[in-house]
Parts: sequence; C-alpha cells; structure tokens
Amino acid sequence: MPAVSKGDGMRGLAVFISDIRNCKSKEAEIKRINKELANIRSKFKGDKALDGYSKKKYVCKLLFIFLLGHDIDFGHMEAVNLLSSNKYTEKQIGYLFISVLVNSNSELIRLINNAIKNDLSSRNPTFMCLALHCIANVGSREMAEAFAGEIPRILVAGDTMDSVKQSAALCLLRLYKASPDLVLMGEWTSRVVHLLNDQHMGVVTAAISLITCLSSKNPDEFKTCVSLAVSRLSRIVSSASTDLQDYTYYFVPAPWLSCKLLRLLQCYPPPEDGAVKGRLVECLETILNKAQEPPKSKKVQHSNAKNAILFEAISLIIHYDSEPNLLVRACNQLGQFLQHRETNLRYLALESMCTLASSEFSHEAVKTHIETVINALKTERDVSVRQRAADLLYAMCDRSNAKQIVAEMLSYLETADYSIREEMVLKVAILAEKYAVDYSWYVDTILNLIRIAGDYVSEEVWYRVIQIVINRDDVQGYAAKTVFEALQAPACHENMVKVGGYILGEFGNLIAGDPRSSPLVQFNLLHSKFHLCSVPTRALLLSAYIKFINLFPETKATIQEVLRSDSQIRNSDVELQQRAVEYLKLSSIASTDVLATVLEEMPPFPERESSILAKLKKKKGPGAVSVELEDGKERGELNGGGDRGGDAAIAASNASTPSPSADLLGLRSTAPVSGTTPSAGSLLVDVFSEAGPSATSAGVNDDGFLSSAPPTVASEDPAPPLPESDELLNKFVCKNNGVLFENQLLQIGIKSEYRQNLGRMYLFYGNKTSVQFVSFNTTVSCPGELQSHILQCICTHTHTLLNVQTKTVEPLVEGGAQVQQVINIECLTDFIDAPLLNIKFRYGGALQNISLKLPVTINKFFQPTEMAAADFFQRWKQLSQPQQEAQKIFKASHGMDTEVLKAKLLGLGTALLENVDPNPENYVCAGVIQTKAQQVGCLLRLEPNAQAQMYRLTLRSSKDTVSQRVCDLLAEQF
Amino acid sequence: MQFMLLFSRQGKLRLQKWYVPLSDKEKKKITRELVQTVLARKPKMCSFLEWRDLKVVYKRYASLYFCCAIENQDNELITLEIIHRYVELLDKYFGSVCELDIIFNFEKAYFILDEFLLGGEAQDTSKKNVLKAIEQADLLRSVPLHGVIQPVSYSAWCELASQHGVNQPVSYSAWCEPASQSVSMV
Repeated sequence: MPAVSKGDGMRGLAVFISDIRNCKSKEAEIKRINKELANIRSKFKGDKALDGYSKKKYVCKLLFIFLLGHDIDFGHMEAVNLLSSNKYTEKQIGYLFISVLVNSNSELIRLINNAIKNDLSSRNPTFMCLALHCIANVGSREMAEAFAGEIPRILVAGDTMDSVKQSAALCLLRLYKASPDLVLMGEWTSRVVHLLNDQHMGVVTAAISLITCLSSKNPDEFKTCVSLAVSRLSRIVSSASTDLQDYTYYFVPAPWLSCKLLRLLQCYPPPEDGAVKGRLVECLETILNKAQEPPKSKKVQHSNAKNAILFEAISLIIHYDSEPNLLVRACNQLGQFLQHRETNLRYLALESMCTLASSEFSHEAVKTHIETVINALKTERDVSVRQRAADLLYAMCDRSNAKQIVAEMLSYLETADYSIREEMVLKVAILAEKYAVDYSWYVDTILNLIRIAGDYVSEEVWYRVIQIVINRDDVQGYAAKTVFEALQAPACHENMVKVGGYILGEFGNLIAGDPRSSPLVQFNLLHSKFHLCSVPTRALLLSAYIKFINLFPETKATIQEVLRSDSQIRNSDVELQQRAVEYLKLSSIASTDVLATVLEEMPPFPERESSILAKLKKKKGPGAVSVELEDGKERGELNGGGDRGGDAAIAASNASTPSPSADLLGLRSTAPVSGTTPSAGSLLVDVFSEAGPSATSAGVNDDGFLSSAPPTVASEDPAPPLPESDELLNKFVCKNNGVLFENQLLQIGIKSEYRQNLGRMYLFYGNKTSVQFVSFNTTVSCPGELQSHILQCICTHTHTLLNVQTKTVEPLVEGGAQVQQVINIECLTDFIDAPLLNIKFRYGGALQNISLKLPVTINKFFQPTEMAAADFFQRWKQLSQPQQEAQKIFKASHGMDTEVLKAKLLGLGTALLENVDPNPENYVCAGVIQTKAQQVGCLLRLEPNAQAQMYRLTLRSSKDTVSQRVCDLLAEQF
Repeated sequence: MQFMLLFSRQGKLRLQKWYVPLSDKEKKKITRELVQTVLARKPKMCSFLEWRDLKVVYKRYASLYFCCAIENQDNELITLEIIHRYVELLDKYFGSVCELDIIFNFEKAYFILDEFLLGGEAQDTSKKNVLKAIEQADLLRSVPLHGVIQPVSYSAWCELASQHGVNQPVSYSAWCEPASQSVSMV
C-alpha cells in the first residue's frame, strides 16, 4: 500500500515542512515560522474567501507549527469552519486541530459542540466516529454537559455500527473520568454490561475498558459483569490460536482482551457462585500451564503477549489471596523469570513477587528465592532492576532472614547508585529495628550504615537510634562502647559525631571505668572532631560537654576552659555563643544537686510511629504504602515502636505523625526548619528542655520529648472532658463506627449497634507504644439532669435517662496490644448530655487521665418509618404547636453534595422519604425514637439553598426536648 | 494510558498524544524531562521505568523512541505490544514507515493513532479493522480541486531525505531489529 499517494497531499505543507527542516539554526527556523504565520494571517484576514482546501492547508500548517512547540493564537475559527465542510479530509483536519489545540474556550466550544451534534446525528458512521474521537480527545466539562446524555444511547442502540459503538464506549469512559457526576449510567447499566457478550471482539475490547472503570467506582451496580467476564475469558483461553483470526496476536489469542478481563475481575472478590469460580480457577490454571509450554514463536511479541496475560493472571491470584495452590504456582513461575535472559521479565518478576511476599500463603515460597534476588541486587546492570531487587528483599524480610538481608543490603550500599542510596538507608534502618533480636546488633547496623553511607543517613535515622538507645537500658553500655570505638576512626562522618556526642553525653559513664575510655579520653576524642563539624553538630557537642561536667566532675575544669575560650564564648554564631555562655555560667554557679537535676539523664521517649517509616512512605508514594500496611499485619513480630496497632492505626497516625522536625532531642535550634534565631525565651526553654522532666515547670510543651501529649492531670479524679470531646461526639452522630480518639499513646476505636431502645458499644483501646499501660481503668458515667447523679458501672438510679452497663477491662495493656470493652446501653427516656468516658492509666510512671464523651446521642434510638406523602403531611399538621417544632437556619460548612446529604440523613437513623416534598431539592425524613418510657415520633425537613450555601432545618416531634436536641445535633452535621 | 510521545534519537518530538488534561507548560516540562531520561538509558536496559507516580514503557524503533506513560495498575508488557501494534499499523499504512513519513504526514499518524487508541485505551486491536477504518476514510477523500497538487510519493521522501542527508528511510524489518546498531538503509 504505497500510502502516501492517496491523493490528498498538501504540497504547500510539504514544502513548508522541508523548509523548516532545512533551517540551519533556531533563529532561522523562527524567522521562517514568523513569515509563514504572517502569510497565513493575511490569508485568513484577506477579502478573498478561502476555499476549503486552502483553509485545510493553512490550519494544518498552524498545527505543525504548534507541534514544533510554538504558541498559536489564531486559526481556531477557521478550524471550526472546517468542521462543517462536507469533505471528509477537511472535516478531519478541523477536528484534529481542535483536538490538539482547543481547551475549554467557551465561545468556541458552543460552535464546536454544534458541529459535533450535527455529525453525531448524521448517521454517517465515519462522521460519527470523528465527532466521538473529538469529544474523547478534548473531554472537557462543557462537552460532557452537552453529550453525556446522548452517548450512552448511541452505545447501546441496536442499529449502531460496531465501529461507532467502540468509539462511543471509550468516549464515554473519557467523559466519565473527567466529569463522573455528569455521566449517569443508571438505566444503561445492564445493557452496557452485556456488551461483554457482543459478537464483535473489537466492541468487547473497547467496552471492557469502560466497564472496568465504572465497576471500580460502583462495584455493586456492575457485579453481573463477573460471570460474563469469566465465561468470555474461558472461551478465549481455551480457543486455539487460529480461532480468533485477526484478534490473535503472534499466536496468542486476544491478549489485550484477556488482560482487560483479568483486570476487570480484580475489581471484585472471588466469585461466590461455585461454578463460576471453578471455571475461573480453571482459566488461571490453564494460563499458568501455558507458561510452561514451548513458545509457538521466537518473536518477542509472542512471549510478551503471552506473559502479559500471565502477569495479569498472577495479579488476580494475588488479589484473591485465597488459593494457596495458585499462589505457590505463581511464585514458582516468577522464580523462573528471575533468571530469564529478558531484562523486562526479570524486572516484572521482581516487582510481582514483592506483592506475593506479603501473602501468608506464598511468603515462604518467595523466601526460597533469596539467593537469586541477592544476586540480582549485585549483578543487574540496570539500576531500575536493582531497585526492584532491593524492594523485594525488603518485602521478603522477616525474623528468619533479617540478618542476612540487612548484611547484603549494607554491603550493596557501598557500591549502590546514588539515586537509590537514601531509600536503601531508610530500608536498612527500618528492617534493623523491626527485626532486631538483640539491640547490640541494631546499634552495630545503624553505625555501619552511618559509616558506609553517612551522607544519605537522614536526621530521622540517627534520631531513631538515639530514641531506641535511650529507651532500652540493656543496650546503653554497648552503644557507648561502640560509638566510642567508631569515633576513633580518623575520618568519621558528621552523623557519627552527632550520635557519638549524644550517646557519650548520656551514657559515657557506663564505659568510663576502663582507663582507655576514661572521661577525659572521651572528651578529648569528641572535641577533636569539634572543629570539623557544622554549627548544629557543634551545638549538640556543647550540650554533651555540659552533660560531661555533670557525669564526670573531674572534667569540669577542662571543659570550662574550652567553653571559656574565645572561639566559643565569642563565636560569631549566636546559638553557639549563647550555649557557651549559658553552660559556662550554669556549671560555675549551680550546685552539684541542681546540676544533677537539670542535667539528668533523658527520660524515655514516648513511643510513636517510626519517623523513618513515615519518611519512606512519603518518598515512595502510594505503591510502597501497601507494603507498609502489610507490615501492620505482623504486629506480633515487631520490636520497635513503629507500626503497631494495625492498619487503622497506621492510617490514622499517618495524619498525626509529628513532623520529623519536631526534633526529638529537644535541641530546638538544631532542627533544620527552625532557621529563625530563637528568642531569649525559647533559649531558656532550650537549656531546660535538654535537662529532662524536672523542667516541666517551665511550661514547655515542646512536641519533642515532653510529649505525653494529653493534658496530664496528676489528680486521680476524672479529668474534665477534653475540649474537643464535643467535636468528637458530633463526628459520630451519623455513624456508628470509627476512631473516637487518638493521641501518641492511645487509640480508641468504636463499633456500635442499636436496636429499639437498646444499644451495644464495643470500645477498643489500642496501646500504640511498646511499653505496657498499668492500672488501666475506664469508667462510664451519666451526667444526670442536674449533674448530680453520677453513676458508674451498673447504674439503675431512678433519675438516669440512660442505663449504661460496662464490663471492666484488664488493668494491664501490653505494648502494642488492644483490649476490648463492651458497653450495654438502654435508653430509658430522652436525654441530652452524652455519658462520659474516663480513662486512666499509668505510662512510664506518669498518670494519664482522659475524659471523653461517649458518642451516644438520642438519634441512635431512631427507628426509620416509611410513610406516604399524605400521611406525612397529616402528621406534620398534627404537630403544629409551636413548642413541638424546632428550626434552625445555618450556613453549610461542608459541600452540599446530594449523595453525601442523603448518606448523612440515613446515618441519622430516620427513613428518607422520596416524593413527599413538592420541591425535589428538599429532603424529608421520618422516624420514631424508642425509649423505655415512651416512643417519640419525629418528622424532619431539610431545605438546602445551594446559591446561598444555607440550610433550613425543621424538626417536629411530640416532645419539645427531642425536637430541639435532634435539631441541634443535626445542624452540626452539614 | 496517560500519554504517548514519539521522539527521535536527537530528542526531537515527533508526535504527542495526551489522554489527561494538562496545561501546555506542564506538557512541555514532562516532555523535556522524559526525553532526557529515556535517551540516557542504555540499549540493554529494561523497557520500564518508574517516573513520578507513573510507569513509563518505551521502545526504540530505528531512530524513533515510542514512549507511553501508564498508571500503576496497568500492564507493562501489553503496553509494549500496544506500541508494537501501532508501529505495525503505521508500517502497513505507509509501507515501510520511517521517521520522515511521520514528520511529513504527522496528521496521518494522529489519525491512525485515534483509530487505534481512544482516551488512552485500545479501541480495536485487530490490524485489519483499524486499517479498514482508515481506508474507508481515505475513500471518502474527494478529488482535490486543484490540479497542481501532487501527491508526494514514498520515493520522493527518500529523495528528500538524501538531499538533506538525514534519517534515511528504514524498512520495517529493520525497525524490528534490536535498536542499538545504526540503521541500515532501504
């Protein structure tokens, strides 16, 4: 097919293009382009009407100029004119120009839409396709508004040509992605799903992309697609390579469609229907079997297509995570690929195995490939493949192989590419902490890390090692000895000096007995590094020195001498100078007692999510987080304070993780972010904040280490409810489950269910630290009407409105553990105030005392009531006394999305009545509140005003207090 | 698929197709960054790379790089074959396609792509069906009004090419060879 002689060449265009290509310089090119632009402009503006051909040619030239990277600010109108040409080539160029150059320019869009509308209704399939391509290419909201209603009709109409159907399906997909709210599939759903059965493979190929996207957003509405997809897949998989004619690609039957079918199935859990599931498992087995067959062609296209299906099938197997046999087979198959000569396959096998490693069924099977993976890390020539190998090692690491993997990763670090070093460092640090059996190994590993890749060791990593050393007294002596040895090296990394300075300042006394590391030797060693270090490190060292004075009085004179020297006390850096002055003064005027108190050993850090983990997640983006979440599952194995508390806790703490710069050392000024010169006040704080808990009186609320965040009330009386407890209560008005409260130590989750006037609530107290909570005690009390009937446990006081029974919890909550408490609730009569939940426990000696409102609100006892419009209005009229009505007009504090509003009203517990209010924008609900004493019928009307962003909420019930309370509660929800 | 780029070994962009809305500035930035990254890679390296939060799949055919950005859950190998199928379509249409064909008939390259991929998804994977669609369109072309317009034939491209001493046309089979060595001439 000598295609270019197809009779529509534009000579002028060809000449122009070759002119441009002949230009020797950028300037010449620009000159030529400007000349052409001037020419085109004059033609467009000229008096002589241009014929279609010339218009097409000039528009095409403009397009070419645009694609070269120049701006085009005219010609749009001429392109739009071409759309209404009846010559195909002219129309086609017009559409191309618009697809490439038009974004939502409203003036033009109207004209364009008009032309599209004409072509769509032309019944000429070629024109219809052009129009659909244009909509799909531009995909703007205006187009969605104009055509989102029409296209589904074209897609499912019986007389639509196949090629048009294909374009319509993908066009709709693009519109749905851009403006999901405008594409309403409702009535078309089942007919679209049935396109999977279409005889034309091309239609199925196009439609399945649409169906997959829609299914992933609305799985329930499209769930009938599962069985259709399975039978289609099964037909393809079992067909001979010639059955599908042109849809067979290099002897592989319909590879694209197969992949898409397998992808669609990943939107759903395994099929429940046994027959469907059996058929699917059979397909997956066949695909795995085919991988073992000799190739039908040596062409790479053949193996790529075949393996594309295989990898997609493996993804599905991993997604189901329920067929041990298939998982292990998948793993073995990937194992073969690990040594394949195709780099692409090795890469994909490593990637895919990473997800297999997190399945309990295949974790062990993945581990058998450890040697191959380590070898890949060492020998792969492509850094992106090595990166995958490192990821896989990280994913397959567990207690049994941690030492080997960490050692391999460390040795790889020495030669690793710069681009992946930082991430490798983070991973080594995390693994070392997570699987540390003895902490001396952990300390060794991290110090090695600093030695090998000091530049890539971020603050988080060395903060973390210090946190751990401080919190574990069994490793402190070893750590002191090891850093002392590490510092002997003539050239050691500044991060090593930081860790060394900090640890010797705290625990140097543990090795001072040995004359080879006597106090003075330690000091001289540290001070020999001082002059090579940056300001923050020097500041840290100065703090270490003052700690030395406390630990070893015999060094006092020497150190004071150093502090007194001009280079310190007159240092041009204000921070260093201030430290020198203050420390010198402190050491000379304070008595040993005061000094000992001020410079006491650092208290344990509160446990929290490892900031390293947080950093890795941030660095890796969504892909890596899934791996981390998997880690949560192995809670039992974790040592560090890291990711305890399971997925939910991780997800939640992600949001609340203290920023890494909330510096754990309390050395505020060393935190890289606080670049501003600290005020005198904060300097004072600084000195004290290093000094430990004795300084709390200074009122420091540094996020750093005095951070037993909840207001620590020392008294044993229940603390007053937290200021945010009302807000927390409001969160649960329309829902029954969720996280009620969370701080750095404790997470409280809630699950509750209500029936009639009874409720049952499960409270889950999660200890986020690695240290046990002792004397853990919770009480629930009901504030009576006069605040006088405070009752605990089984309260049957006559004046109570709620009867709340709690079971006591175990007084000990182990680190990382979660305890559950069940509360039974009976609503005696309507009430306003929520019961109070008080939690008390001791963490590291300090009493924690937290009071919250238990999210029990009157609406929990709603029974939804369906009724017809006539009934509703009759009842509404019956409740016409002024005190029976409560009304509020308030500003919307969230979006006014219909679905969200509906969900909230349903969450309230009432029935949402359709077709009652004459105004369809309004919502009408009805329900009966069940209490032991009586039943209170309740009617509700919510009138949103989108323009003013306001609502009017009206409640009518047979009891005035109920109307008011429900109205108050609900008004906070929108 | 989020976008597809075709560029030459010299880093000249030959075709760009965006399936997600982006500003012109952003498009230029992405193009610059990606062209640099891909050109810096060595022949035996794997065809996939992680880039921002996307995956990039690329393959070199003679002097041209075909480069697609796909989302994380998309299948890399099948994307490679999408590229190959597009190359086959171009080849079939132009008859031993070369870079010059795409330069001088850029609009055709776009039309063929639109018939094959729409909104970043395959419309039809049958070579016959896609070509049929293009041919039908070609049949609709009316006879040009001006007698002076001369179609430029394939041999004319070769001539143009030799005049300018650039990018000699390459037979399709040469495209499919491993891309490392310099390309033989027709």
